[in-house]
Amino acid sequence: MTSKLIKLFFSFLFISLVSFSVIRLIPGDPVMNMIGERSASPERISEIRKNLGLDQSIVIQYITFLKNAVSGNFGESISSKQSVMQEFKILWPATVELSVAALLWSSVLGLILGILAAIKRNSFFDYSAVSLSTVGFAMPLFWWGLIIIFFFAVRLGWFPISGRIDVVYDVPYATGFYFIDTLLVKNFDAFFSAIKFIILPAFVLGTIPLALIVRVARSAVIDIAKEDFIRTAKAKGLSPAKIILKHILKNAWPQILTAIGLAFGHLLTGAIMTETLFSWPGMGRWIVHGIMARDYPVVQAGLFYSMTMIILINFLTDEAIKLLNPKLKDESR
Amino acid sequence: MKFLISLVVFLSALTLHAKTANFIFCMEGSPSSFNPQLVSDGVSMNSSSQTVFNRLVEFKPGGTEIISGLAESWSISKDKKTYTFKLRKNISFHSNEFFKPSRNLNADDVIYTFKSQMDTKHPLAIPAANYEYFKAMELDQLISDVKKIDLMTVVIELKHPEAPFLADLAMDFASIQSEEYAQSLIKSGKGLKTLETNPIGTGPFVFKSYQKDSTVKFTANEKYFKGKPQIENLIFVIVTDSTVRAQKMKSGECHVMSEPQPQDIESFSKNVKLKVLSTEGLNVSYIAFNTAKKPFDNLKVRQALSMAMNQKSYLDVIYKNQATAAKNPIPPTMWSYQKNTIENKFDVAAAKKLLAEAGFKDGFETELWTLPVSRPYLPNGKKLGEMVQADLLKIGVKVKLVTFDWPTYLEKSKKGEHQMIQFGWTGDNGDPDNFMNVLLGCSAVQAGSNYARWCHKEFDTALQNAKEDSVIKNRTAFYQKAQNIFSIEKPWFPIAHARQNKVMSANVVGYKIDPFGHDQFESVSLK
Repeated sequence: MTSKLIKLFFSFLFISLVSFSVIRLIPGDPVMNMIGERSASPERISEIRKNLGLDQSIVIQYITFLKNAVSGNFGESISSKQSVMQEFKILWPATVELSVAALLWSSVLGLILGILAAIKRNSFFDYSAVSLSTVGFAMPLFWWGLIIIFFFAVRLGWFPISGRIDVVYDVPYATGFYFIDTLLVKNFDAFFSAIKFIILPAFVLGTIPLALIVRVARSAVIDIAKEDFIRTAKAKGLSPAKIILKHILKNAWPQILTAIGLAFGHLLTGAIMTETLFSWPGMGRWIVHGIMARDYPVVQAGLFYSMTMIILINFLTDEAIKLLNPKLKDESR
Repeated sequence: MKFLISLVVFLSALTLHAKTANFIFCMEGSPSSFNPQLVSDGVSMNSSSQTVFNRLVEFKPGGTEIISGLAESWSISKDKKTYTFKLRKNISFHSNEFFKPSRNLNADDVIYTFKSQMDTKHPLAIPAANYEYFKAMELDQLISDVKKIDLMTVVIELKHPEAPFLADLAMDFASIQSEEYAQSLIKSGKGLKTLETNPIGTGPFVFKSYQKDSTVKFTANEKYFKGKPQIENLIFVIVTDSTVRAQKMKSGECHVMSEPQPQDIESFSKNVKLKVLSTEGLNVSYIAFNTAKKPFDNLKVRQALSMAMNQKSYLDVIYKNQATAAKNPIPPTMWSYQKNTIENKFDVAAAKKLLAEAGFKDGFETELWTLPVSRPYLPNGKKLGEMVQADLLKIGVKVKLVTFDWPTYLEKSKKGEHQMIQFGWTGDNGDPDNFMNVLLGCSAVQAGSNYARWCHKEFDTALQNAKEDSVIKNRTAFYQKAQNIFSIEKPWFPIAHARQNKVMSANVVGYKIDPFGHDQFESVSLK
């Protein structure tokens, strides 16, 4: 356990260093962005730098950043002058809500397609399921998103074009998750509105992990179907449905779960494009805007939080897999 | 009697009809702050100064003329250094869940508004705030004092006469804030930061809520001194992607949208459910020749290059004709615009000849820096660069296109590291000084915004004379003289004044397009 904690400590130190330096390695600083086309005397520029704390040496800036990060304080955004922590608290539930919705449908569909493809191996269905999902993975999101918006929202008018909830609703902040907050105040209209708004972006975002899950599920099922105990089960005369559900799937879970856990990381990156397209008020847009404005505190904190989230998710999937398959636990010792 | 009843019914029907419950404006970005003193972008101004606040004097809706705002009248002393403002009576500030104003607007609010921006040690100045705009307009160096004469009279004293000063006061950062509110924030421990999230003003709409990156909501100010607006709930929806914004407009999810793409304007105008309003923007785009560097110190070279560039093709391709060709540094809608300057003549043969006369028979090699971001005055710098490159090759000038990320581009160009560079400007206060002095004045060479690094004595003297004179007629003469010099000296190749377009539903009435690019909704409603 201690070795694990030490590992965790170093990974956090590492991601803090990465998130601190990445934005500073990009040329240009926030001061010039603030001044724009106007003029500014050198004294004025150094005054602004000082107010932003950018006049100190890079090492001191990093130490301050670390000190603050420990207490969960990431300073103030340069462009909005609000506490970065506060902004994050409002924005991350939006991203997580979207990612979870995307992951839900893509995992369910991906599993079904993957298993069916494995059963009907080398059939027309197999080829089309695998290739279609790969096309979905390879498609540029901004293009795919626009097509979906154009078809389902503009042409058919089934869904709203963008946003997270109808503008007439005011959802009081409790958890930041609209699906929870609307129910807390028992505003069911708002709840259904939130569902209506999440469908298109979740559909677009979910096409990324879909391919991965289909492939992993397919190959896992095929691999395990080759094992001796499956042959035995078949010989015993068990029905194919029972074999798949009871024997194959049970053993394929670790692989599939790992894939889903990894897919979540993918989703966080894919969310940037999807959020911009669908005007989804999440972390992706926040970080991109921060990069453009050289808003150091926002980018630092945004990257730090995202990386922490990915580490945590990987950690949790590992643990979940160990729970499902105690054998792996022994191996890791 | 019957007549009276029908009149009453008619009138009530009219007022009912005029009420607009929800009005949705789709804008291109998120406001950075709701304190107009600290913002410099259009989105933030729309969300704060233009909706929630008023200023002492204001720009007439749809124009650059100065009209009375919170000051009902004003007078300027003979030496043009003392401005006296009489405030309107019975103007009340908004209230929110933690502030109820106990008094109406008075001189203290005005003094607080300016002094807190002038003096970083002012007890109500926001700590570590930069007050960028106030300082960029150099008001901290211009204003010597702001004094209270009586409860409803304020005097602003200047260090030297400056004609554009009144126009400066109509700018967003000069929005009048409540001193009582600031005091109460300190007392309650909420802190002055709250000014940035919960604005209190006197304007047509009361700030209600902001969902970060999603919506800003306002409600009508019942007690607005120009009368309650017809829109009950004003909602700004943030839609960053311009294609998506256009689709939302077409499907009726927005009533008005900002920043339509030039190439979409035609399809919007054809749509019967929509209408497009447009006006000449207060902006200019240009290619500056760095006159501090060879060979651009040579007038003949500047002339030759200007003649070799096909301005018309740039307007067609880059602006899709949503722009007016530029020949002066200021746009044609601005007073003192010199109509008589010669238009740039596109003539490759003559350009070649001039270049040979200047001693560059075989041309030369140079660099053109292309704008790395899309700005309202120039949507696509890279493409323009390629067109210029092809044009100049015809007279033997080999142009290398160079670009950097935006902050670096700004930093290097302010130091004058470029040879030719694309730039542009959007006006702040509708005064010619704000274009010519900022972009071409001698003091701007050091300060960095004179990208041609061009300091011409006669030109600069004309500008300074115009600055100190407050008679419009005299100022016009000075500025026209300056434009004549500019057109002969050619420190820039002026490109275009981009048109400003706003797209709205066909049933929107009362919307006036603003040359500064602001969106104002106080007299807007739905039919």
